[in-house]
Amino acid sequence: MLSSRHIIDMQDLTPDDITLILDTADSFKEVNQRRIKKLPTLRGRTIVNLFLEPSTRTRTSFEIAAKRLSADGINFSASTSATVKGESLADTAETLSAMACDLVIVRHKYAGSPRLLARHMDAHIINGGDGMHQHPTQALLDLYTMRERLGHLEGLTVGIVGDIAHSRVAGSLVPALRMVGATPVLVGPPTLMPARCDVLGAESVGTLDEVIGDLDVAYMLRIQMERAEGMPFPSLREYSRIWGMNEARLAAMKPSGIVMHPGPMNRGVEISSAVADSDRAVVLDQVNAGVAVRMAAMYLLLGGDESGVAA
Amino acid sequence: MALLLKNGRVIDPSVSLDAVCDIVIRDGRIVEIGEDLSIAKGITVECAEKIVVPGLVDVHTHLREPGYEYKEDVESGTRAAAHGGFTAVCAMPNTNPVCDEGAAVRFLVERAAERGKVRVYPIGALTVGLKGEALAEMGDMIAEGAVAFSDDGKGVQDSGTMRRVMDYARAFGTTVVAHCEDEALVGKGVVNEGAVSTRLGMAGSPAAAEEIAVARDIALAELTGCRLHLAHLSTAGGLELVRAAKDRGVSVTCEVTPHHLFLTEDALSPEYDTNFKMNPPLRTEADRLALVAGLVDGTVDCIATDHAPHAPHEKALEFELAPFGTTGLETALPLVITNLLARGLIDWADLVRLMAHGPRAALGLPAISLQAGAIADITVIDPEARTEVTASFFQSKSVNSAFLGATLLGKASEVLVEGQFALRNGKVVD
Repeated sequence: MLSSRHIIDMQDLTPDDITLILDTADSFKEVNQRRIKKLPTLRGRTIVNLFLEPSTRTRTSFEIAAKRLSADGINFSASTSATVKGESLADTAETLSAMACDLVIVRHKYAGSPRLLARHMDAHIINGGDGMHQHPTQALLDLYTMRERLGHLEGLTVGIVGDIAHSRVAGSLVPALRMVGATPVLVGPPTLMPARCDVLGAESVGTLDEVIGDLDVAYMLRIQMERAEGMPFPSLREYSRIWGMNEARLAAMKPSGIVMHPGPMNRGVEISSAVADSDRAVVLDQVNAGVAVRMAAMYLLLGGDESGVAA
Repeated sequence: MALLLKNGRVIDPSVSLDAVCDIVIRDGRIVEIGEDLSIAKGITVECAEKIVVPGLVDVHTHLREPGYEYKEDVESGTRAAAHGGFTAVCAMPNTNPVCDEGAAVRFLVERAAERGKVRVYPIGALTVGLKGEALAEMGDMIAEGAVAFSDDGKGVQDSGTMRRVMDYARAFGTTVVAHCEDEALVGKGVVNEGAVSTRLGMAGSPAAAEEIAVARDIALAELTGCRLHLAHLSTAGGLELVRAAKDRGVSVTCEVTPHHLFLTEDALSPEYDTNFKMNPPLRTEADRLALVAGLVDGTVDCIATDHAPHAPHEKALEFELAPFGTTGLETALPLVITNLLARGLIDWADLVRLMAHGPRAALGLPAISLQAGAIADITVIDPEARTEVTASFFQSKSVNSAFLGATLLGKASEVLVEGQFALRNGKVVD
């Protein structure tokens, strides 16, 4: 059993919870390699994907995870939801609660909205990304992938590179790494750093070359290219030169070092094609782990324990 | 009709008074203060164990009428004021339509005369529509009863416009009330920039956004000679600028709110409670302590509530979408008694300075005092009464208080406005 009813914030979980989720995901990973990828475990349970912000990858990953556990999964997305008609999130929560949903996965553009939801309904909540705050299942699948590729988590040095300030991925990954005994280092232009990196529990450095030789993992964040006014760096060209992952930097990493990216990638900006396609980039392993980790999270929140996985 | 306030501890530092005595009031004025007084007929109010002070004034209230009557109106807002011990409030102009011309001021004055429980002093807009561009008709508004001018809620961003506004205001000797916020630095900030903005993943508003605006407006006060009052100071740095300006002899005053005095940004985590969303945002413990120190050493001229009522459906939104503000009229006095007076940080004379005389002086309102001949605007305080801050406690239409759930010490029991009861035995007089 997890120590928390919800997975909203990494700080809701203990190191033991993290280990339990990763170990449980190991068992589900095996299921995902079978020809019949389905377990009866959550039959009769209702899981709602409440996606109030466009998302394809994350929503699909949760959807597949729910289906593989035989849960009844319902998609409630922004375009079809009542929210565009002006219904408040609190009313949406109470409506879903009245329909007796067991678990709600919520993604929303505003920080703290999963907490608001939790106050208005009885269901378990998984935060699928709230504004610039957190995205805990992404951090869990990242830990899973690191452990799978590097054999352990404790003692790893993980450089998280790019737009830290606006990244909910970093918001969860930094505390998650601290909890498992790894060392996160935040790398990027100070214009993309949060006010207080120390509060997240990480050091920050200005350029990637300062730390590249120490890294077990280079975790490249997506640069949002659509923003123009108040651009936090002079050009994509300069960004790529100073903070991009390329073959020279890959060679400068520890020989066992890997490159990660939460997707979708901007090839040629934060990551070169050569690196993205190399066997040291584990981007697709992350996607693959995502399904197993989300199955584990759903399974454990809805009352299962590790012993039931084999069913 | 005569009125006798009997056996209260009567405190007014402006006339060096702190003694248990009686006050006789007739025709709206104090006629005598002394021991063992009596009246032939009329009402006697027993004030033993109570504190009798000059009427409290809130210089920063959002009454919301016209335009937002679902949040508050003149009647409910002044009921809340009376319930909180205030004999007068200054109403901010960010209504709909904006209070930026004489007719709008006249509406408020007439509405207050008809439905108000306490005095209402209108504050007019500095610029038309609070847009920070064209000068509003200050002369016209003063003729209709405006007492000061402010673009509260936004602040005038352009320094040239602010200079013009302050130059023009000098013609009338009136006060410009500045909302100090550099919007380019605030951006989409909804909380203080720092530990909590990082932890909660929301855009922050840095202390520098206030400090820069404070520095600018002090410089413009020196340039123009206009009387400047700074609204809701929230940062240690902003307060230090005021302290230095006062030392140089600049004509500047400032206010702080109870929520900035008694709460910090730490209240926000982890629940994202929108009752703690206000502008300026709750700051750090270091800022809070600096504000309390400024209150004690006299740098801060007055405590003002920034009473900002909002409907439940508005505050029930996602944190980043909910409106800024907390109510304050009904909790300010108990908070000050509980957190400052009972802890020995200030005494009753300080409270009178910060909540009665200071506010009047800051906005140039008529001074009052507890002596024969003075207008009988008086607040009687029961210092031992308990105030349970629950939704049903409020006279305000709105319950968006950052202090919901608190148990506080002290409350007003009587409020007299020109000798008439607005509050009696703790109940608003209908």
